[in-house]
Amino acid sequence: MATIDPQIQQYVDQRVQEALKSAGLVAGAPPRRNRMAIVASKGSLDMAYMPMILGSTAGAMDMEVAIFFTFYGLQIIHKTGNKHLQVPSIGNPAMKRGAMVVPSIVGVLPGMTAMATMMMKSWMAKEKVPSIPELLEMCQEAGVKILACQMSMDVMGIKKEDLIDGVECVGAGTYLGYASEAAVTLFI
Amino acid sequence: MSTLKETVKPDQTLDVRGMGCPMPLLKAKKAVETIGGGQVLEVLGTDPGSKSDFSSWAEKTGNEYLGYTEEAGHFKHYLRKKQ
Repeated sequence: MATIDPQIQQYVDQRVQEALKSAGLVAGAPPRRNRMAIVASKGSLDMAYMPMILGSTAGAMDMEVAIFFTFYGLQIIHKTGNKHLQVPSIGNPAMKRGAMVVPSIVGVLPGMTAMATMMMKSWMAKEKVPSIPELLEMCQEAGVKILACQMSMDVMGIKKEDLIDGVECVGAGTYLGYASEAAVTLFI
Repeated sequence: MSTLKETVKPDQTLDVRGMGCPMPLLKAKKAVETIGGGQVLEVLGTDPGSKSDFSSWAEKTGNEYLGYTEEAGHFKHYLRKKQ
């Protein structure tokens, strides 16, 4: 067997190690993807909890998180609007708790939205789940990126000043650029 | 019941009894930040979901979930901070 120059051998070994590393085949490989990207598209109270709870929890789990608030989802990061999110009383046949079932037709009566909202808030308070503005603050504290859809803002006449501080107004391209590198992507 | 392999002596205790998801995890994470590497945080809680939440959190963040003891719906969880 022909002998190989030790320098060449070393160079070959090094390149092989690098290739294995970048392919994720050896210890010390690049860290696994640890990023979550969420689209928050709904502006009702019940649909606001999910991105907030998942976002703050992922932050606590040292994940990198961005939430893209679009269409009615912008209400969640609206300075005043997010204190008055409501639970729709119609179109939700699952709305019941224990033996108490709310017939769909009752949902259209005046005052039912307020009542459904009050009910949900009281359940949440009982479990000591923080309010949406509080959860939002926890998300920001945990370093969650808050992205606002510029197009939705234009369509709905929402200005950057109307939204909480620390928001980046961006387009679909920015979200997709971020999401394409994420291990977890959710549409809510 | 208990899933602890050995008796642990906590360095700090956090009370999240009565709190639902996501508060036990968020509060525990903050409390872990205040203790030293290798120290143990004891978390008193009532949320049954915390068992798997803490275990998943520990795995993800490199800390250690030592287990829990349960007595009549009251849990004591033990988290050891990474060095």
